[in-house]
Amino acid sequence: MSTEQHHSPTPDSDRPPSVGQASQNEQRFPQPEVTPMPNAVSGSTGSLETRRSAGPSLPPPTLGAAANATPDAKRTTKIQTQDMGFFYGTHQALQKITLNIPERSVTALIGPSGCGKSTYLRSLNRMNDIIEGTRITGTVLLDGEDIYARDVDVVELRKRVGMVFQKSTPFPKSIFDNIAFGPRIAGVSSMATLTPLVERCLKQAALWNEVKDRLKDSALALSGGQQQRLCIARALATNPDVLLMDEPASALDPGSTARIEDLIDDLRKNYTIVIVTHNMQQAARVSELTAFFCMGRLVEVGRTKQLFTNPKEKETEDYITGRFG
Amino acid sequence: MNAGSPTPAVPTLTAVDAPRSSSLKRRFSWNGAYEKCIRIVLLCCALVSVITTAAIVFVLLYESVLWFPGHTPFFGKVSLIEFLTASQWTPQFAGNQHFGIMPLICGTLLTTVTAGAIGLPMGLASAIYLSEYASPQARSVLKPSLELLAGIPTVVYGYIGLFFLTPMLIKPVLSGVFGLSVDGFNALSGGIVVGMMIMPMVASLSEDVLRAVPSSLREAGYALGATKYDVSAKIIVPSALSGIIASFLLALSRAIGETMAVAIACGARPQLTLNPLRQIQTMTSFIVNIMQGDTPVGSIEYQSLYAVALVLFLITLTMNYVSQWILRRYREAYQ
Ligand SMILES: Nc1ncnc2c1ncn2[C@@H]1O[C@H](COP(=O)(O)OP(=O)(O)O)[C@@H](O)[C@H]1O
Ligand SMILES: [Mg+2]
Repeated sequence: MSTEQHHSPTPDSDRPPSVGQASQNEQRFPQPEVTPMPNAVSGSTGSLETRRSAGPSLPPPTLGAAANATPDAKRTTKIQTQDMGFFYGTHQALQKITLNIPERSVTALIGPSGCGKSTYLRSLNRMNDIIEGTRITGTVLLDGEDIYARDVDVVELRKRVGMVFQKSTPFPKSIFDNIAFGPRIAGVSSMATLTPLVERCLKQAALWNEVKDRLKDSALALSGGQQQRLCIARALATNPDVLLMDEPASALDPGSTARIEDLIDDLRKNYTIVIVTHNMQQAARVSELTAFFCMGRLVEVGRTKQLFTNPKEKETEDYITGRFG
Repeated sequence: MNAGSPTPAVPTLTAVDAPRSSSLKRRFSWNGAYEKCIRIVLLCCALVSVITTAAIVFVLLYESVLWFPGHTPFFGKVSLIEFLTASQWTPQFAGNQHFGIMPLICGTLLTTVTAGAIGLPMGLASAIYLSEYASPQARSVLKPSLELLAGIPTVVYGYIGLFFLTPMLIKPVLSGVFGLSVDGFNALSGGIVVGMMIMPMVASLSEDVLRAVPSSLREAGYALGATKYDVSAKIIVPSALSGIIASFLLALSRAIGETMAVAIACGARPQLTLNPLRQIQTMTSFIVNIMQGDTPVGSIEYQSLYAVALVLFLITLTMNYVSQWILRRYREAYQ
């Protein structure tokens, strides 16, 4: 992996040098809640490996300076990106993304295709590391830790930040082995642990009743919607805090889509969910916050209801009323 | 415009078009003849391979099983039972001829198993490295060197086995350290060099099937916190297993058919043994040896060559066919 070094801590020039500039950003892109993070600029305090004992190193959440602070402000910020930029080789796919994602909620990313939603999502668990020649600037903090810091264990990060893709990706193995994959590579091998774990994840993903009699069958024999719920169950099995979903229902029929949406609604109680969607009704149905991306920029972010009924930016209004994109 | 409705007022087409030839029959043209010539030449080239195969099969069958007036085939002189069960192969010992193919099959088995034990895992490991681990720079060095390895003449491998492996590696270690008796010609040295020969083949065929596994599966694995090793060993290889097995079978059938390297490194004494340190003879090296001698055409030892060749042909044909079949099924599974 030759790209690792590109992800080394970003040069100071890419970071907001002063609090003053940071608050400028906040005014341009009103954040639902603004949690000042002293660690943000100076780097993380602990490595991801030690996080369970250390716990989130966040200061108590405060109401944001912005007038449109929401009730979510009482929640802790789970993921914070500051002034983030992203490059595929020389092509800049994202610029100056400053966005706070609150804990235990659903945040929707919308925008015309090619605007960088997937790129943003994939940078939250460093999936972009796999692509040669990519480079990120700015900071991405998870529970206040810089996930692009040199000492971060990417494998640990990805266990904590699970991902579900647009195309369902069941492994050509049995249903049971698919769900047990994550725990097994993490070293769990006893069936006494795995069996209840698989059952719990399948129940959480609302798939248990359909497959409980055929856990040994190939996962490839499931329908598209079932496969996608299987992938969600598989992601839950590594016990993540965050679930990233990249258009999880865009390849599914309306019935399966509704089931996935119900599932997301159940999961929001325990997980921080970031979902990319093309479907604005879906964003309106499932999310508390919506962020509108356009041409690699974050145009607007706000409470979903407010963003859809009363957008601040002209671009957002044009997009949600279908005038472009 | 009432273009759709047929009215007599619309002028007939013939009146408008240029006058055309009165007959529908084809007439000679140089262009047409040229086309035809090309077609025939191409067909002939394609037929050459069919004709060659058919001729080879005919010759094999003619010398081993087909009766004609004044011509007795090999199996007319030696019973199939003796051929398959006798424990000695001595067609050149006048007066004491035995035609049991078992020693030759044992020889081939020994070299093939040794070659497989070395070439298959190393080839698969190289394939995994090339498809999952290697940076583009590493690939650009490794791929050509594997191709180079595949391009070395097999005689060279034979001499490496005979003059390098046996005296400088096998003998010092196995007989020097472990006190085993090692023949100057032995199945082990031949097996090892044949293993080196089939390794590039396994590497390149397996790499193709590994690369054909959709990259979405890799991403899904990484997203679950899998390391590169987890992804390669627990997702990619199992997904590509049938293709890998097919490449193994192709490589093994190549090892079975390999001639010069084993003829040089393993010697020419058919023995019913499973000890890789003994001198042995494989089916292929028996065939070359017969061709080198002054065996009279039509004699039984001459014909035994064709019987052995027929067995060899059937074995490799079956293996190639099975591996093609597996590969085809594999392709369907992913498309
Ligand atoms: N692997 C890649 N290599 C180079 N450019 C890419 C790659 N993936 C995406 N891009 C580019 O980055 C931009 C954002 O893409 P993406 O994040 O996939 O958009 P979205 O998900 O919003 O449709 C697009 O211009 C796209 O062409
Ligand atoms: Mg996308």
